[in-house]
Amino acid sequence: MYQDVILDHYKHPHGRGLRDGDAEVHHVNPTCGDEITLRVRISGDIVEDVSYEGQGCSISQASASVLNDLLVGKELADARRIQEQFLELMQSKGRIEPDDAMEEVLEDAVAFAGVSKYPARVKCALLSWMAWKDATAQALSAKEAQESA
Amino acid sequence: MSPTLPGLLDTEAIRKDFPVLDRLVHDGKKLVYLDNAATSQKPRQVLDALTEYYESYNANVHRGVHVLAEEATAAYEGARDKVAAFVNAPSRDEVIFTKNASESLNLVANMLGWADEPYRVDSDTEIVITEMEHHSNIVPWQLLAQRTGAKLKWFGLTDDGRLDLSTIDQVITEKTKVVSFVLVSNILGTVNPVEAIVRRAQEVGALVVVDASQAAPHMPLDVQALQADFVAFTGHKMCGPTGIGVLWGRQELLEDLPPFLGGGEMIETVSMHSSTYAPAPHKFEAGTPPIAQAIGLGVAVDYLTSIGLDRIAEHEHALTRYAVERLREVPDLRIIGPTTAEDRGAAISFTLGDIHPHDVGQVLDEQGIAVRVGHHCARPVCLRYGIPATTRASFYLYSTPAEVDALVDGLEHVRNFFG
Repeated sequence: MYQDVILDHYKHPHGRGLRDGDAEVHHVNPTCGDEITLRVRISGDIVEDVSYEGQGCSISQASASVLNDLLVGKELADARRIQEQFLELMQSKGRIEPDDAMEEVLEDAVAFAGVSKYPARVKCALLSWMAWKDATAQALSAKEAQESA
Repeated sequence: MSPTLPGLLDTEAIRKDFPVLDRLVHDGKKLVYLDNAATSQKPRQVLDALTEYYESYNANVHRGVHVLAEEATAAYEGARDKVAAFVNAPSRDEVIFTKNASESLNLVANMLGWADEPYRVDSDTEIVITEMEHHSNIVPWQLLAQRTGAKLKWFGLTDDGRLDLSTIDQVITEKTKVVSFVLVSNILGTVNPVEAIVRRAQEVGALVVVDASQAAPHMPLDVQALQADFVAFTGHKMCGPTGIGVLWGRQELLEDLPPFLGGGEMIETVSMHSSTYAPAPHKFEAGTPPIAQAIGLGVAVDYLTSIGLDRIAEHEHALTRYAVERLREVPDLRIIGPTTAEDRGAAISFTLGDIHPHDVGQVLDEQGIAVRVGHHCARPVCLRYGIPATTRASFYLYSTPAEVDALVDGLEHVRNFFG
């Protein structure tokens, strides 16, 4: 489960720290106390930035770092597709063996395939991804409200 | 080579009674089970009793005149006798079977909310708990406070993991109706000074509720010596099955207080307009009870008594002393709770540098070592000590110094892995 890629991201997280954003959310994993505060900044159709601060296990922290790598700079539609595919992988209970096509999309995130075999840890891996989804929805509805005002 | 410590039980013989302790995990590693504060393993005697009940005399209790019903009733009520003797209750009718300690504590909290004077908790009164309670002894009182308008107060903790009783006269006052506290903390391991708290509670006429979930399995428990009004504990932490808990209560209180759940078994007569209730303990046991589980708990009590609770306490004390010493050798390890074996139970929580407990637990598990990680249903304790969670190792009558050594070696491996 502890792939080198995961340990690298844990020890040297990418994009950590809170920066300006259009929405901020705070998510917790009540079973183990993992926490993340995450902000997204969206410009047009582009995920301009995902910044975060958190505390928790290596899986939850490394996952946030990988998320930052994968989603920043992407078009929203692509980012959503990546999020959905990561969710599918994490819910696979170890049944999905990532192939080249999946690795093309998920890059470092395929290292989490092994985590999906541990039900207690899947939530750790998904914490930041659920926070991102939530923050993005909030940012978009805030923008919509602004535009219609 | 692990040391032989004075006071240890013959664990080689005891372990033969617990089939699961022979299990190999993760490709042939020996199981080192150090999660006893969460639940204990079960001896063959208890497992056999469950099977025997279902195979030979399964029937509902207190009704039916056939032989199976009579045998089941005798075994179920026999378990009540055993539990009453186990806690030195003045009367067997003071022992109420519940499904766990949480239900026992909820039962008391609800009774006090619905009671008439002088027991009634209302907006002019106060409830006192402590910051080291398990959530099961916090949330029922929060709910009671919210429903009645009563004020909820609590004792804080000292830096070394003990109750701060320095302001006891301000915390427990004339307004206090009930004081509910844990005898042995499930997260800190602290054994609390019952006498000081009970004396002050009695001074102001408050009821005393003791959560003995982490005490009943590990040390002699005497409800009369405690001078409490209610004592709650659970079966599965003391070699019994899950689904069975106990609430002991003083007889006169059980007579005066209103029922909690209504249903079959707890009534005397029922008409479409009203009902009268059975005397305690049946008044508080609505519906078909956990029959097999109660019988299993009775056998668990026999098992523990045959070894001797004082001997078990001595064994765990020796092991805890050894474990505390050895854990203190581990670099970056911080024990959360008392750092000596004095007035402390056999659950030891700790943090290991910046390594998250989930990671500690996972890497220990890979080596076959089962510990608990998280906030142990005592999140306020983690907040108090500024930590998100802890790793907890907890011992029981079958634990050995070799298992302490395995834990220490395992932690060394964890440090290297994440270092």
